[in-house]
Amino acid sequence: MERRDFLKNLCWVISAGGIMGGLTADAWATILNKDYDTTKHYYGMGIDIDKCIGCGRCMQACKTENDVPAAPFYFRTWVERYVIKTDNTVYVNTINMESVEMPDVFPEKEVLRSFFVPKLCNQCDHPPCVQVCPVGATFKTDDGVILVDSKRCIGCRYCIQACPYGARYLHPETRVADKCTFCYHRLVKGLLPVCVEVCPKQARVFGDLKSIASPLGRFSRMNKIHVLKPSLNTDPKVYYANLDGEVN
Amino acid sequence: MEAVQRFTELSRQVMGFIYPNEIDIQWSILIVVYPYITGLVAGAFILASLVKVFNVKELQPTYRLAMLTALAFMLIAPLPLQLHLGRPERSYEMFMTPNLTSAMAMFGFVYLWYLMLVLLLEIYFEYRRDMIVWSSETTGLRKWLLKLLSLFSTDISEKAVAFDKKTVKVITIIGIPSAFLLHGYVGFIFGSIKANPWWSSVMMPVVFLFSAIVSGIAMVMLLYMIVKPLLGGKIDMKCLDKVASFLFYAVIVDFSIEVLDFIHRLYESEESIKILSQLVSTKLFMSLVVLQILLGMLLPLFVLAVIKILKLQEEVRKLLYFVCGLLIQLGIFSTRWNVVIGGQLFSKSFRGLTTYKMEMMGIEGFLVALVLLIIPFVILSILLKLLPPWKKEELTGN
Ligand code: SF4
Ligand code: SF4
Repeated sequence: MERRDFLKNLCWVISAGGIMGGLTADAWATILNKDYDTTKHYYGMGIDIDKCIGCGRCMQACKTENDVPAAPFYFRTWVERYVIKTDNTVYVNTINMESVEMPDVFPEKEVLRSFFVPKLCNQCDHPPCVQVCPVGATFKTDDGVILVDSKRCIGCRYCIQACPYGARYLHPETRVADKCTFCYHRLVKGLLPVCVEVCPKQARVFGDLKSIASPLGRFSRMNKIHVLKPSLNTDPKVYYANLDGEVN
Repeated sequence: MEAVQRFTELSRQVMGFIYPNEIDIQWSILIVVYPYITGLVAGAFILASLVKVFNVKELQPTYRLAMLTALAFMLIAPLPLQLHLGRPERSYEMFMTPNLTSAMAMFGFVYLWYLMLVLLLEIYFEYRRDMIVWSSETTGLRKWLLKLLSLFSTDISEKAVAFDKKTVKVITIIGIPSAFLLHGYVGFIFGSIKANPWWSSVMMPVVFLFSAIVSGIAMVMLLYMIVKPLLGGKIDMKCLDKVASFLFYAVIVDFSIEVLDFIHRLYESEESIKILSQLVSTKLFMSLVVLQILLGMLLPLFVLAVIKILKLQEEVRKLLYFVCGLLIQLGIFSTRWNVVIGGQLFSKSFRGLTTYKMEMMGIEGFLVALVLLIIPFVILSILLKLLPPWKKEELTGN
């Protein structure tokens, strides 16, 4: 038995006879297609750092597709730009955000490495956000995607605190937690997440972990794969190729 | 557009790199108020239980006051949480479909247990006889209120009163672990967030608990010094000295645990050490170093120690106790602030610090928090009217 399951069972035992059947996932059920079989898939994403050119199209497309507020501080996916200089100082910012005072141009001989890192919800296999949600509004589907039931979420923001990757925000209009869903409404129709579709360099690869022949299967065979913050044991399902150790 | 303006304003105060979703702080001043209030409840209750369980005779005059204080604050405790929710109208879901792996889901149950089974029951049995007697002495609304509160019981035979006494004792014994649970649990909510190195610590519940005890004792001490003279009584110096000396020891224990926890956290953190020390030396310097540690702990500790050694005059002692009580409240409030707000000021990228701008008027703003901190005193004054903590003889000093 895994530790998490053990904890879960323990909780059930302690509260024996407690309230039953509360954990149905309404939102998910309503968007599910009839011919779609959740048990046949298990989704993940691959990102090749070397391919990303920081054009930010994925950010734009995601905001449009998923009604993410236009304000410059709500993102389901964003792209970070790293510049590591010869003296080992690191500059990071999020592209398209006129925030932090970061010089735009560095003299070439001072730059050791420079690259872009797309970020999004890692759809963790052991998601702390699901563990902490007091009402079960954040949940994991059978195909491995973490969703938020916006009809149940009470807006306590515990999940935002618990996510180590800053992937969640509180939607200012609906007042509930929101984050990347891998475009679940598209997946059930057999489409790709919109960020994957618009990427001009195919830096993002979407796939099914249950099929070795999927693009993701090939991606992980061809590259050395890393995930973010592995020490936290959240087991992310967003896999990076050519990831630099500076990225966290 | 307002949002964009707010963003530009905030982003100017951000240091280094933070994840873009992190510019807004999620848990505001209301979440600072919440552990502060529950801390007072737990602390006041533990002071009261010193009388009932451990038979500390000198503290007897504070017993009922402490219980009523605990109740007044307990009644308000869920309000800051409720007001803070994005969708407060759904909060009942926490009872209907609690997710059993979530620490927060237990809130309602822990709360109800403590309020219903401990505080209300204990106060009921403590006051039952008096309520019956008082209701026969007065008329009108008060009479009926007292009758209702005593649940229309009429038995004041020796046997019944003896039963009350015993029951109070039993409830207190159950109450002590419950008080520990109530506040330790609040610490657990923070301590179990492993994504946040400022919070993630097994010591968190213990730290919360001991600071709760400190704040509760200090609050009851302050109230005792204010309320008793107001009701025409005289401050019992033996009692006050005893409360102060318990306070002194509690502060010492609390201080050592906090220091230990703090050092341990800094010592153990690896990738976060840089950002945490930056946090402490910049954004939290005032509230952590100055308010919490220097003014809220070391100074009162020093003063209380001086009082103990020097055998000062009564009037001077009273004054100093009062100042210490206030300083300690300030310190404990800062403690809560530093945990809750401090833990959100650094980015989980460990590369930058964000900032918290408290709203004035908004529902999660300063004014609401202030009102939430005042209401318990209003409730307490009503409770004191209805259920006087001291008998007439005690007030006139015989
Ligand atoms: S990245 Fe954050 S929001 Fe996404 S599954 Fe993991 S913990 Fe949850
Ligand atoms: S904000 Fe919503 S989804 Fe997140 S923990 Fe609270 S109830 Fe669950």
